[in-house]
Formats: sequence, structure tokens, C-alpha cells
Amino acid sequence: MPLKGNTMLLSLRHVTKTYPRAETAVFRQVSLDLDAGEMLALTGESGSGKSTLLHLIGGLDTADSGSVAVAGIDLTPLDDAGRAALRRGTVGVIFQQFNLIPSLTVAANIAFQARLSGRHDPDRARMLAERLGLKDHLDKHPEQLSGGQQQRVAIARTLAAAPRLVLADEPTGNLDEATADTVFALMCELVSETGAGLVLVTHSQRLAARLGRRLHLGAGQLIEGLAV
Amino acid sequence: MTGAVLSALLGHWRRNPLQLFTLLAGLALGTALWSGVQAINAEARASYDAAAATLGEGSYGQIVARDGGEIGQETYVALRRGGWLVSPVVEGRLGPVRIIGIEPLTAPRGVGPLGLGEQADLGAFLTGEGQIFGRADTLAQLAETGARLVDAPDVAPATAIMDIGLAQRLLGREGRIDRLILAPDQPLSRPALSTLAPDLVEAARQDGGDVARLTDSFHLNLTAFGLLSFVVGLFIVHGAIGLAFEQRRPMVRTLRALGVPLRRLIALMALELVGLGLVAGLAGVALGYAVAAALLPDVAATLRGLYGADVSGQLTLRPAWWLSGLAIAMGGTAVASAGALLSLARMPLLASAHPRAWAMARGGVRLAVLAVALLALAGGLALWGRGLLAGFAMLAALLVGGALVLPPLLGQALRVAEGRATGVLAQWFWADTRQQIPGLSLSLMALLLAMTANVGVSTMVSSFRLTFTGFLDQRLASELYVSASDAAQAADIVAVAGAGVKAILPILSVEAKAASQPVEVYGARDHATYRDNWQLLRSFPDVWDRLAQGEGVLVNEQLYRRGGVDLGALVAVSPRLTLPVLGIYGDYGNPLGQVIVNEAVFAGQFPDVVALRFGLRVDPSEVAALRKTLRDQAGVPESAMVDQAAIKALSLSVFERTFTVTTALNVLTLAVAGFAMLMSLLTLATMRLPQLAPVWALGLTRRKLALLDLVRAVVLAALTGALALPLGLALAWALLAVVNVEAFGWRLPMYLFPLDYLRLGGLALLAAALAALWPAWRLSQMPPVQLLGVFRNER
Ligand SMILES: Nc1ncnc2c1ncn2[C@@H]1O[C@H](COP(=O)(O)OP(=O)(O)OP(=O)(O)O)[C@@H](O)[C@H]1O
Ligand SMILES: [Mg+2]
Repeated sequence: MPLKGNTMLLSLRHVTKTYPRAETAVFRQVSLDLDAGEMLALTGESGSGKSTLLHLIGGLDTADSGSVAVAGIDLTPLDDAGRAALRRGTVGVIFQQFNLIPSLTVAANIAFQARLSGRHDPDRARMLAERLGLKDHLDKHPEQLSGGQQQRVAIARTLAAAPRLVLADEPTGNLDEATADTVFALMCELVSETGAGLVLVTHSQRLAARLGRRLHLGAGQLIEGLAV
Repeated sequence: MTGAVLSALLGHWRRNPLQLFTLLAGLALGTALWSGVQAINAEARASYDAAAATLGEGSYGQIVARDGGEIGQETYVALRRGGWLVSPVVEGRLGPVRIIGIEPLTAPRGVGPLGLGEQADLGAFLTGEGQIFGRADTLAQLAETGARLVDAPDVAPATAIMDIGLAQRLLGREGRIDRLILAPDQPLSRPALSTLAPDLVEAARQDGGDVARLTDSFHLNLTAFGLLSFVVGLFIVHGAIGLAFEQRRPMVRTLRALGVPLRRLIALMALELVGLGLVAGLAGVALGYAVAAALLPDVAATLRGLYGADVSGQLTLRPAWWLSGLAIAMGGTAVASAGALLSLARMPLLASAHPRAWAMARGGVRLAVLAVALLALAGGLALWGRGLLAGFAMLAALLVGGALVLPPLLGQALRVAEGRATGVLAQWFWADTRQQIPGLSLSLMALLLAMTANVGVSTMVSSFRLTFTGFLDQRLASELYVSASDAAQAADIVAVAGAGVKAILPILSVEAKAASQPVEVYGARDHATYRDNWQLLRSFPDVWDRLAQGEGVLVNEQLYRRGGVDLGALVAVSPRLTLPVLGIYGDYGNPLGQVIVNEAVFAGQFPDVVALRFGLRVDPSEVAALRKTLRDQAGVPESAMVDQAAIKALSLSVFERTFTVTTALNVLTLAVAGFAMLMSLLTLATMRLPQLAPVWALGLTRRKLALLDLVRAVVLAALTGALALPLGLALAWALLAVVNVEAFGWRLPMYLFPLDYLRLGGLALLAAALAALWPAWRLSQMPPVQLLGVFRNER
């Protein structure tokens, strides 16, 4: 699909989302733009809808109304297969936990998305594993790793696929503060090296403050800046 | 507290009705399979016994008039006085009903309606207006006689049994007796029959010959099936219980964390299982009953063919088999839950609360070792085991060992496939399939056993059929076989039949000893009957010409094996004559060795022996007329003439019926195994999400995942089938070469039926695909939020 003449990596217009059987919408008429290479921290209270928003952007779930476009591709008319293609090739998602495929080794996990999208580069995968301190764990299975190690594998996997937009949902939420800081710093460094955009959901004001741009989700609305 | 815990335990089922259903259905199906086969088996045997007991044939020796006619009352009295333990029987027809009159006081046990003398009023049976025993429908067909009618389901259909006096009166044959039943143990001091009653002859105890052997094979067949269904059922029950425990781990952990003592928890869960086992067991027995009732018309038809007498197509709910069905359900539950409860008792309080589909992999190495040990035991028993018990022990070891070896073998096969795969999806597919094995292993084992049973039992039945049809064609070539009671009657037979038949083939035989074995030496006339029909296992060229010239002998397989006389070896036909072996023929069912020589050679060696048996070659349409002529003019009793065409047709129809029943049971076993697989897949569906969600998030559609799941089930079934084939052939071999030898004393050649196996494999794949269809469809329709739930914190 051709680019629509703008440089926007991500563009949300008047997006509303209601869960089935829920009384009220999680958020209404939310709009958001993100440039290529921009790094955004998304904060908000628990239950405010941060994860939901991320899922819409990542093509993991669909909005009731409004439009979501990633890298110039409008997600609204996409079918299951189209959204799956988006998840393979254009975005990379890192969840808080349970990111990894239990049956595959660390090495196979790291290569998985890149191979699915046809962008596998063994040298790059090896470099990422090395940078993220996973070199000695490549033949292990996820259950043999600590939580921090597992998150680093998930980051390596996402970056190995070289997506244009990285979505991270509290990627360090389950880690102790020191580990969280290290993993977070590494992730930001690697993402900025690739020039990809980043949307990072976090509860930590401290971590959010380290990113270039901050948004707060509250009462179903997006507000620029950190919460007061 | 007990109440609170119990309501928490039961609450789990209320919130997860599907899990409760799988548990109950698993238990019920396992029980149904077992009790259904048992019911058919028990009913077939009961009908067999009832028919045999009512007819008094087969099990007891008889005395009949030499001329096939009646026996006078005074002759009977003379025999009794002389010490003979005989009991009179009169037979006749009253309209559609076969009337059998017996004398209960002298009849051996087991003759007459079962339970006569216990439930019945012996006095009334003997005196006064008397009693008539029969099935209700039979009794309804009888005209009013004044006698009291007693409903006796054990009596063969269309047969009424009564005191001989009453029967004689009803038939208008006062003082007449048709035959005398011989009690098995006779006093040694009794005078010879020829002095007391020269007109009577002792008819040999009929063991039913070939037909009885077929019946035995039929029963053996069903018994083997019973054993298999038992094992399949046990695996299904085990799987259902194991999964039920795994699913409730989180709740158990929570309850224990809240302070519920472990002991109480285990006691309550055991109690709950007893309740579930009872409910499922009863449902299973009912289901098994329904299955048996649906299949039974075929079984009944089989037996009807065998005995010429009607056998009821109705099933009576026998306490023995529904109790055994319940016992299987409870026993299976106990065995399966003992392990689960034990592991629960050992579970550390802080162990992972997640239901682990792979939990059953625990002790995988131990099971693999056990499997190999069992297979080795089966091999050892095959080589050195003696006796029927060893044969069945070998079967059990083979089956259980084969089942237990399945998961490690599958694991290995999938590991190899994973190593060879190049595509990223293929690699994941194989790795993920491997991870499914522990959760699916029990239902896969059930599928394995079902397929094994199918391969094994159909191979056995088909081999039987092939062997016996060939054998019958060869052995029963003459249209009518006639036995004479003495040389005079033999001469009569030749004279009477001589004109109307194409050939009279005298069957000369004498007992002798050859190759240090007891043998029967036969003299055979050189006739096309033999040349055209006999198929020799091995022979020299021109064997028939040389036999006709008296240049050698034929020996049966038994003598060839036991006496070690191969082609060309010399056999002493008599002390004066030694001849080389020209050919070897198959002789299934015969315990003795046989030597066949030319008629002239026989006459030269045994001049005193006259032929008492004859094979008559005649146009099939003239058999009935010939029988009548022989009866009227040579006084040959009906029982001394065997119409082999009828026996052949009968034997073949027995096989057809056996086939129908076997096929039905095959399909049933496969269907149950398929259902077990469906239940496992449904149960595993939620446990499996953590494995699927990341792959979905990384860019696979749900449809594709569902399709892969379908393929996975088929691949697993195919791999299972690959093991089932050799295992099934081993089972067939065990049945034919070990169990059959131990049970009947001879060995059947084993034939292979690749097309059958192919069809069976196709059926199994279909069953697996059908089982996977619904779970796959559910996956393809799963809302994304459910998949996303995997990544939420609350896991
Ligand atoms: N599957 C679902 N069905 C119905 N409602 C849901 C579902 N998932 C989330 N919700 C509701 O939607 C709202 C937003 O949920 P979401 O997970 O996006 O919040 P969040 O901001 O990510 O919270 P947290 O910081 O705790 O992760 C919540 O009120 C939640 O209860
Ligand atoms: Mg969230």
C-alpha cells in the first residue's frame, strides 16, 4: 500500500473502543500521531486502557470506530490475514510477560519473527543476543530463564525482525528496579539505533521521563505530558 | 469446613461443565466398551450353552437304535436295571414348536432348562397336569394342554421342554423313546450294551467337528477383544481422571493455602470420585448394553446358523456383566486417581498452580523403561512361555508395553522431524507437537490400542477364513458323507447308492504308528476328487500319479512337523511296508498325524479293514433324495449322514457373521478412541493458549493455527498408526501362533491384508481429523481478547 504522502509512522483518528458486554467505552475519540524514530511513553492508571490502545495499534484487536494507520497502512479495512501480516512485518510487540514460545529454544525464539517476515539475518540476531547478554542461553528453553532474561529474549526477537514500530506493554513491569533499568536502557538504545518508532506503556514515571515524548491516558482521553 | 471445601470442589465443575462432561464421558465410554463386549460375549456363550444343554447334544454321549428308529420302554428299563446310567428323551414337533420330553430324575445335570429343580416344582413337573418350560413366545404358540406353562428364558427358542410322560402323551407316542442320554460317568461293572440291547448302538459323543472349532475361534476372538477393550477403557479412564486433577491444581493450592488440611482434601476428592465413578459407571453399562443390543442380532444369527436352532436375539441384563462393568469403572477410577492423589499429596504448597498439560510427562523415563521391560517380557513369553495363561499374559504385556512405548517413540520421531525441518513454521510445528504429546499421550495410547486391536483381530479372522475355506473345499469335496454301523450296512450303502451317484469314495482308515507317532493311516481311491481339490503344502511332481501307483504316501503337516518326515523321507505304513513321502498337506484342527496311501496298498497291508465311511459324489440337487433313499433302503440314520455342502455354507456364513461383528467392534473401538481424543483436545485447548498466543501475536492468523492443529492431530494419528501396524501384526501372530496353539493345539498360517490395513489407517486418520475438527474450529473463532489474556498479569 502506498504511503499517503506524510511521514507519520502512526496515526490514530477518533478511535473508540468498547469491550463486548462492557457498559462503557474504554476510551472515546482518541487521536494520536507519531513520527518515525519518535519514542513515546504512555502512562495511566491501572484499567485506563493503555494495553487496549496498544493492542489496537498492533493489529491485535479492532476498534469500534475511528481509524488506525501504521506506516501508512489503514488497519480498519484489514481482515485477519492482513492484520497478521502487519504483526509479522511492520510492528513488533513486547508484552509484560509470557512473550516467548515455550516449545522453542531461545535462539529459535529470537529468529522466529524475523524468519516469519522473511527478514532473518543471522549476524544481526547474533549481535542482538550478544548485546542483550543472551549468548550463553541460546540453546535453553524459555522456562529455564529468569524473568529478566525472558524479557531480553523478547526484545531481541522484536528487534531482530526490524519492525518500523515497536510496541512495548510494561516490558519491565515484572522485574526488580535495577534489572528493569538495565533492560529498559538497552531496549531504548537498540530501538533508537534501528530508527524505529516506540510506544512504551509504563507505570513508572521515572522510566517515562527518559523518553522524548509522554502521553497520559485518563478518563478515556489522551493528554500530552505526564500526569500531574 | 467440609461443606465449604466440598462446595468449592463441586463449584469447579459447575463453572467448567465441559471438563465435568469429559471426565464422565471418558469414564462412561471406557466402561461401555468393556461391558458391551462382555455382554456380547456372555450372551453368546449363554445362548450357546442353552442351545447345547437343551439339545443335549455335544456334551453327552447317546444311545440310539441301530436302525435309527424308536427305542422300546422295556429296553430302557432293562438298561437301567443292568446298571447303565441312561436317561430317556422323546422328541417331536407340535406345530412350530419342537417338543423335548426328558426325565429330570435320571437326566445328567445340565440337561433341560437351567435351574430346573431349584426354581421349579419338581413334583408338578413330573405328576398331575405337569409343567412345560419354554420362552414366553414359544409357550404362546402351544395349544392349550392343561399343563402349567413356565417361562424359562434359558430354553432355546421355539423349543418346549417337559416331562417325558407328558411329551409322549402330547405327541401321541406313549411308551416310545427316541434316544437315551448317557451320563458321563458309568459304572464299570455294567454289562456290555450288545448283550443287554443288541439293537442299540452307542453314538459317539459329537464334538461338532469343524463347526465347533469355528465357534471356539469366534469366542477366542471375542475374548481377545474383551481384553483389548479393557485396556483401551482403562487408558481412557486414566486419561480422564489425570486431566481432571491437573485442571484443579490451582484450586487445590488455594484451598490448602487457606488452611484446609491435606488429608481432608484428599478424602473429599476421593469421595467425590467415587460418586462420579458410580454415575459414569452406570451410564457406561447402559451404553454398553445399548451397543451390545445393537450388535447382538448378528451374534444371534451366527449362533442360529451354528445350531440350526433359534437363538434369542434379545439381551438379558446379566448381573455378572453389569457388575463387572461397574467394577471396571470404579477400579479404573481408583487406579487412575491413586496416582493423581499421591502426586497431589506430594505437591509442594507453592508449586506452580497452572494446570500443566505436560504434567503426565513426569516419570517419563521410568515409564519408558517399564515399556521396554514389558515388551521384553512379551518376547520372552513368546519364546519360552507355556500354556494359555502365558499366552494371554504375553498379549497383555505386548499391548501395555506397546502403549507405554508410544510417547517416547513419538517424541523421538518428532525430534527427528524437527531437526530436519527447514522452515520456521515447520520447526515450530514439530516442536509444538512434541510438547502436546504428554497431554495427548493417554488418548493416543487408546487410539494405538484400538488400531492394534483392529489390525490384530482382523488379521486373525481373515487368516482363519482364508485357511478354513481352502481347507473345507479340499476336505469336504464330496457332496454327502455316510457312516455305516457295520460291514453289512456298509455293503448295503454301496448297493443302494451305487446306481445313483457319480462316485463312491470309500474312506478306509486304521490306527497305527509311524515315525514314532500315533497316526491314522488312510486308504484313498485314485479319483479326480482328490486331484482337483487337494492343495498340497509341498509335493514332488506327479505326486498323484505316483500315489496311485503305490509309490509313496502323503502325510499331514502334523506328522511332518512332529515326526520330522520331510519329502522323500521313508514312512513305515505297516511293519511290512515302508514308503517315501510324496507330499505334505495341511490338516487344520486334527490333533493326530495322518498318512494317506493308495486304496490298493491299504488293502494289501490291512486286509481286514473294511470301509465304514463313504464320500458320495452326486449332483448337489440330488443330495436330499439320496439321503431319503439311504435312510429308507439301507437304514442309515440321519445322524450318520453329513451333507457337506450345508456344513460348508454354514461355516462360511459363520465367518461372514464373525466378520460383521468384528468389523462393528472395530469401528466402535476406533470411534471411542476418537472420542477420547476429542475430549483430550477440548480439555487441552485452554491449557494450550500460552503456546499459541505468542505465535498468533507474532503474525499467524487463527485460521492458520487451527489448520495446523488439525494437521497435527492427523500427523499424530499417522505416527501412532505406524506403530500400531507392527504391534497389531505381533498381536495377530500371538493370537494365531501362541494363543491358538495353546487353546486348540494347532497353528494357523498368518496372512497379511495390506488393503485392509490401508483402509483401517484411513479410518483412524479420519477419526483423528474428526476429533480435532471441533477444537480447531473453536480456535479459529476464538476472540482476540482471549488470546491477549495470556499476556495479562493475572496468569
Ligand atoms: N477482555 C476484556 N473484556 C472486558 N473488559 C476488558 C477486557 N480487557 C480489559 N477490559 C477492561 O478494559 C479496561 C482497560 O483495560 P486495559 O487492560 O487496557 O487497562 P490497562 O490500562 O492496560 O491496565 P493495567 O495498567 O492494569 O495493565 C479495564 O477497565 C478492563 O477491565
Ligand atoms: Mg495493561
